[in-house]
Amino acid sequence: MNFSGLIDNFGPLTVAGLAQGAIIALFALGYTLVYGVLRLINFAHSEVFLVGTYACLIIWGWFGLDQNSARPDFGAMLGYMALGLVAAIVVSGTVALGVELVAYRPLRRRNAPPLAFLITAIGASLAISEFVGVATHRNQRGVPPIIQARTVITIGNTHITNLQILIIALALVMMFVLDRFINGSRLGRGIRAVAQNPDSAALMGVNKSRVISLVFLLGGLMAGIAAVMYDLKIGVTKYDAGFLLGIDAFTAAVLGGIGNLRGALLGGLLLGVLQSWAAGLFGSNWLHAAAFVLLVLILMFRPSGLLGESLGRARA
Amino acid sequence: MSDTAVATEKPKTSFRGSGGVRGWFGRQPGWVRAVVALAAAALAFLLPYVGDIPLIGPQLITEGIDWPSALFNMSYYVLLALGLNVVVGYAGLLDLGYVGFFAVGAYGTAILTSKDSVLYSHTGWAWLAAVPVALAATMLAGLILGWPTLRLRGDYLAIVTLGFAEIIRIVATNTQTFRGDRGFTGIPHPPGTWNGKVIFGVTDAIPYFWLGLVVIIAVIFGVRNLDRSRVGRSWLAIREDEEAAEIMGVRTTKFKLWAFSIGAFIGGLGGVLFAGEQGFINSSTFVLQFSILVLAGVVMGGSGNMAGAILGGALISYIPDRLRGISVGGTDLYEYRFAMFGVVIIIIMILRPQGLIPSRRRAMELKDRAKEVAPL
Repeated sequence: MNFSGLIDNFGPLTVAGLAQGAIIALFALGYTLVYGVLRLINFAHSEVFLVGTYACLIIWGWFGLDQNSARPDFGAMLGYMALGLVAAIVVSGTVALGVELVAYRPLRRRNAPPLAFLITAIGASLAISEFVGVATHRNQRGVPPIIQARTVITIGNTHITNLQILIIALALVMMFVLDRFINGSRLGRGIRAVAQNPDSAALMGVNKSRVISLVFLLGGLMAGIAAVMYDLKIGVTKYDAGFLLGIDAFTAAVLGGIGNLRGALLGGLLLGVLQSWAAGLFGSNWLHAAAFVLLVLILMFRPSGLLGESLGRARA
Repeated sequence: MSDTAVATEKPKTSFRGSGGVRGWFGRQPGWVRAVVALAAAALAFLLPYVGDIPLIGPQLITEGIDWPSALFNMSYYVLLALGLNVVVGYAGLLDLGYVGFFAVGAYGTAILTSKDSVLYSHTGWAWLAAVPVALAATMLAGLILGWPTLRLRGDYLAIVTLGFAEIIRIVATNTQTFRGDRGFTGIPHPPGTWNGKVIFGVTDAIPYFWLGLVVIIAVIFGVRNLDRSRVGRSWLAIREDEEAAEIMGVRTTKFKLWAFSIGAFIGGLGGVLFAGEQGFINSSTFVLQFSILVLAGVVMGGSGNMAGAILGGALISYIPDRLRGISVGGTDLYEYRFAMFGVVIIIIMILRPQGLIPSRRRAMELKDRAKEVAPL
């Protein structure tokens, strides 16, 4: 245990944790949205994220960028960022819709037991990550330096980089937009209605199938953004990247109260910071173990997560 | 006396009405069923020689891996599936970290027997001596996992069990005592000699498969009896509606802990056998994908039904092993084994959402529910 290490580096660890937590939070939204509506763990969501991490790399690759390229100037950077984000969002969204169509819809028609959905999702997750694994020869792929991390704010020994600010800000903005969409728009009202009571919603004229597709799509969009942020922050991606971060994201969703959008944000940021602190205290090998111990402790006292289950305020 | 007679009579008649092979089996008198079961067990013991059957045999056996070894792999997967079936199928507790118990069983054996263990100067036991201690440790691990999770439902339980398995793996990877990737070498094999030769050697996997089969049969008997006892009925009640069960006087806490520790015990058996056959274990064996695979096997086979769990457990080991060594157009299918396996899982679950061999009770429930639901 390295207490002095934690205390000396408290600021940097916290900021790094917040940035990681912002990515986890965006990723966790997919789990929480689907759970809120279908009451199912969308196990394949980790692969929705994974294809996002590759989609933007492939687009950047078309422009001849690889990890050894020189850093582009500001205008080009903006263009590449926009292209990468669009590519990741489109591909992740499409894959999310595809997963719903292949692994969920046929079972829903047959009114299968909940475990069956979990297993088809596991099957989809396995198939996608393994195909990516085979296609990339299980090698990791480097990310071109679109944005060079550079310190912009210094408080004491805490150096906050432009990348960290970008990630946290983007996550907060997306959360706000999504929250407004769910709570303020007509489509969002449909989502909340189905989350509250699927049968009544269907009787009131809500198209349940369309709402479910929409929910998968929204989760996919958020995962796509998280994927680009992940690429820029970590610098490499690999076929199992989705699975590993997916565990964190799912943990975060549960921590905040699965099915609850604001819970996902809180859970994600909290988990990121806690993991970062745990890495400082026990060494980075132990970060996941510490996070899980904490999760168990929190669930012992609040069995349905910090903010409780509800999609938006529909169930409150 | 008459009360119990009436109580056992009713469900049987409803099962006997059903058609197919299982309907026929249910209608036979006890001795016929016993003979059929014994014959099936005897045939299972002959599986290592299946390759000798003309025409069909060579198609069935695995090409890229020694067939008896593949059978042994299937045997411990089947054991794990049987154990997980108790937790998920009977008690309805979604456990995503079942590999944790497998790991505790294997590590329990390793640390008591291997020469790499820190305890070696004190212990250095034979395999058989380590078995009861390792199994006691897994049951204890089951209780340790069960205790804090008693209040949790469904998916919260799933993430905590997943975390539990990850913690075990991380501890195994990062501590000196459990040696991480270097692992434990020289774990002794099970004892015994036959005609002056060691039965459990390194080259021949057939005795290990038979040992696994004996353990599987014992587990089947044990679990079947539990399922038909008060314990099994309590599990069923908890699975269907925990609140209602509690109100009706079922001690949910006690029986949930029972489910966890019995499931853990069976998983530990798998781990102990695995360590005894391999002679070497390290932390990279016990990854999370392993538990997910076993869960997929249980649900694919038919959650809540032992025949289904056995079939599912065997398939998750057999399909990837069978794909090994087959090449189509220059690419080895082994590379694609898990990808294809994922696709197979989806297809099976879409065609048979209740599993390949569903529990009869479950199948009936599903029929009822299908009638209720309005088409989407």
